[in-house]
Amino acid sequence: MSADFLYTIEVILNGLMAGVMYSLVALGFVLIFKASGIFNYAQGVMALFAALTLVGIQTGQIPFSHLINAIFGTNMHHFGWQVPTIIAIILTVGVMVLFAIIVERYILHHLVNQEPIILFMATIGLAYFMEGFGDIMWGSEIKTLDVGLPSGGSIWLEEYTLGWAAEGERYYGMYLDKLDMVASLVAIVLVVSLTIFSQYTKTGRALRAVADDHQAALSVGISLRTIWVIVWSIAGFVALVAGIMWGAKSGVQFSLSLIALKALPVLMLGGFTSIPGAIIGGLIIGVGEKLFEFAIGPLIGGATENWFAYVLALMFLVFRPQGLFGEKIIERV
Amino acid sequence: MSEPLQKMEAASKLLELKNIDLSFGGVKAISNISFDVMEGEVRAIIGPNGAGKSSLLNVINGFYHPQQGEIWFDGKQRHAMKPYQIAYQGIARTFQNIALFKGMTVLDNIMTGRFTHMHKNMFWQALWKGPAEQEEIENREFVEHIIDFLEIQAIRKTPVGRLPYGLQKRVELGRALAAQPKMLLLDEPMAGMNVEEKEDMCRFILDVNDTFGTTIVLIEHDMGVVMDIADRVVVLDYGRKIGDGTPDVVRNDQTVIDAYLGVSH
Amino acid sequence: MFYRESGDFKKTYQKDSQTFPIKFDRWRYYFVMLVAFIVVPMFLTDYMANAVMIPFLVWAIAALGLNILVGYTGQLSLGTGGFMAVGAYATYKLMTSFPGMDMVSVVLLSGLVTAVVGALFGLPSLRIKGFYLAVATLAAQFFLVWLLNKVPWFYNYSASGQISAPQREMFGVIITGPHATPVAGYIFCLAFAIGLAWIARNLTRGRLGRSWMAIRDMDIAAEIIGVNPLIAKLSAFAVSSFFIGIAGSLFFSVYLGAAEVTEAFGISVSFAVLFMVIIGGLGSIFGSFIGAAFMVLMPVLLKNILVGGMGWPTDLAAHFEFIIVGGLILIFLIVEPHGLAQMARVLKEKLRLWPFPH
Repeated sequence: MSADFLYTIEVILNGLMAGVMYSLVALGFVLIFKASGIFNYAQGVMALFAALTLVGIQTGQIPFSHLINAIFGTNMHHFGWQVPTIIAIILTVGVMVLFAIIVERYILHHLVNQEPIILFMATIGLAYFMEGFGDIMWGSEIKTLDVGLPSGGSIWLEEYTLGWAAEGERYYGMYLDKLDMVASLVAIVLVVSLTIFSQYTKTGRALRAVADDHQAALSVGISLRTIWVIVWSIAGFVALVAGIMWGAKSGVQFSLSLIALKALPVLMLGGFTSIPGAIIGGLIIGVGEKLFEFAIGPLIGGATENWFAYVLALMFLVFRPQGLFGEKIIERV
Repeated sequence: MSEPLQKMEAASKLLELKNIDLSFGGVKAISNISFDVMEGEVRAIIGPNGAGKSSLLNVINGFYHPQQGEIWFDGKQRHAMKPYQIAYQGIARTFQNIALFKGMTVLDNIMTGRFTHMHKNMFWQALWKGPAEQEEIENREFVEHIIDFLEIQAIRKTPVGRLPYGLQKRVELGRALAAQPKMLLLDEPMAGMNVEEKEDMCRFILDVNDTFGTTIVLIEHDMGVVMDIADRVVVLDYGRKIGDGTPDVVRNDQTVIDAYLGVSH
Repeated sequence: MFYRESGDFKKTYQKDSQTFPIKFDRWRYYFVMLVAFIVVPMFLTDYMANAVMIPFLVWAIAALGLNILVGYTGQLSLGTGGFMAVGAYATYKLMTSFPGMDMVSVVLLSGLVTAVVGALFGLPSLRIKGFYLAVATLAAQFFLVWLLNKVPWFYNYSASGQISAPQREMFGVIITGPHATPVAGYIFCLAFAIGLAWIARNLTRGRLGRSWMAIRDMDIAAEIIGVNPLIAKLSAFAVSSFFIGIAGSLFFSVYLGAAEVTEAFGISVSFAVLFMVIIGGLGSIFGSFIGAAFMVLMPVLLKNILVGGMGWPTDLAAHFEFIIVGGLILIFLIVEPHGLAQMARVLKEKLRLWPFPH
């Protein structure tokens, strides 16, 4: 095989894994949209907040330390203890559930009958709020996230593929990040379990009922509020997983929240209401982005990953406004 | 009794539908329907729910494009057109579930009905003083006549979202009238109204027909109203036409009685 | 209150559709204009002009533009930053290619260029609605910023990738460039802001404005009355982009003086202007000004109180800004989706009846 061909395979594989990472974030969107018709722009910030909380608990940070120091003139930052990873994760999940309850009670509850655009703007407001809140609570310096995940390229793979190139060509082996591979596995497990949950459990069925028709769900005794808290909690958990994966990759910092923006084209392609669609959309965007940059990027100056996903989604939308798997919107007069 | 026949002899056909077929996916909503509407008459479309009455109006309006059949309006065959183009042809309509612009006042809503009659372009409008203001005032005067006619002067500056249902229906009629249409399509204009409101609405419809000569096609469930104001009636059932003629003829037609009217005991 | 509205009837339709039907309001408007054009420049410090008044006017123009698109036509757009960038770069190219052209023409032409670009990116709105459209406008935002960064022609092949505004004068007073007098810049922007507000008011109360609002409220019914959705939506994008392009042009030439596209016109700009429109009031011209004032004044106030007054570190103040803006958006959307403008109206009505409850 030629080295070029092997490079292309590498790009595709990296694209697939990047796509899986996007899908992780997109999943949270789909869950919330399915159950409450809200497009939760704050999903990305939730991932950031979850990651910040995890690191904060793990390293024994004092919450709101900067604020306390500014008011009282003190200079404390840490409690001095370290919390084992597993317990930290469980505590963070608890925090995200609390978050879901507060959001439902004080925001969703009051915006029940508003149009989707108002709800969307409310989530933008929530995103900004949580951005500032997370920074005040845990500080805005970049933090490293260490939950024991492997990192760096897979040396084993590199050596294994070293001799695959044709005679005389320079090839240093296929470079695939171990973290990416773990993330892909985790995402697949998450998707499968969410799909099983949605299809085969009582709560999952209730969720689908709520997604379909709020009134009808209410009339058969499903508590809308409970379902929403459950959904936002699950979305919070998904956000935590996404936050861990992305945070382990590039540190826990502000840019994590911008992933939400990248998830949008994924949802455009996969449709807003389909869990498998989020995965496939993510994969298409991930591979598309990387391939485009690899093949055409050098011709037009590079850095096309900034915009390619959006333009791709845009083209798609023009021809199929509901995405690959979304439901066709029929308007009755 | 012979009035409608006299009207018919003198007038010409304004609308003619020939062999219309309309399907959605696998469902056939309208099968082989043909009928005509004379200029200046009041034509009622009646039938049980789901018979295809609203779909028929949507076909006349240009929302739905029939898979088969011809539509002739004002002597010319009409090929597939967008709904906004049909507005310029002179067809206006109201909806079963009110389709008013909730964010605007009554006055503004009815002013939107004048859309096809206003022509000053964007630059005159941006300037306002001069031709655009002049056109606006002329059209405002016309709209005020309609507001007088419908007796809704007191609420002209109220946002329509705040009005009770009956008044909203009246405003929607006003918007349709503002367009000075050749043909007015009314989809259940009396739905949800009490006796008084129905009487008012009937009066308005008849006045419009008498004073302006507007041709009216209306879908209606209240047989008393239909008998009173309609010149001719079309009866639909399961997407097919099962009756066509004056109210008396239709009322005594056995197929219609079996399908829809029933017999009084 | 100082005036009453009962018994204030108009005899002509012209008087009835005035912008300020009550005499008191009208005189108050003239008074404000007088103060703005004559009194303020006499007392305006350079700092106030540069830090508060000029950005307020520039953002107000941008908010007006976005309000036309989002508030009046109901098309959500997250591309404001990108369109402002187009206006800024058009201004730069015009200023450097035609040194003799006066600033008014430069600004207006920049607006026109942006209008064309805006209409182009508005084409998807014919097929795509709601927040699907918002994503399409994101494509505009990211692509335009990337394009202006990548293609050297746009920044005249300079090594830094930055663009800076050369010196220009108007009636003998320097308004752009390093030696510009801030007060002159203020008046220049003020003239544009008032003129554009006037145009916005006229467009929104006529046939075009009604077609926009019809599309926003129920686009199917809009078609029934004869509105061509293509023309209505594209005109909304075009007019909106015209305003936003002018804002970008003034932002670059008068306010910043020099700019680098990814910093000055990134996605945060798009969100900032959207917040101005929401907080100020969707579908309100006055609201656009209030929203802009709020978003300009709030960071300044916060910094003065928290950092200057209480000695907090600046990044803490910046975080608080996020919390306050986000929190306010939420509060407004829940309590009063029509923003501060509506709150002002409701307050006026309540004061009219006070001390009676209704």
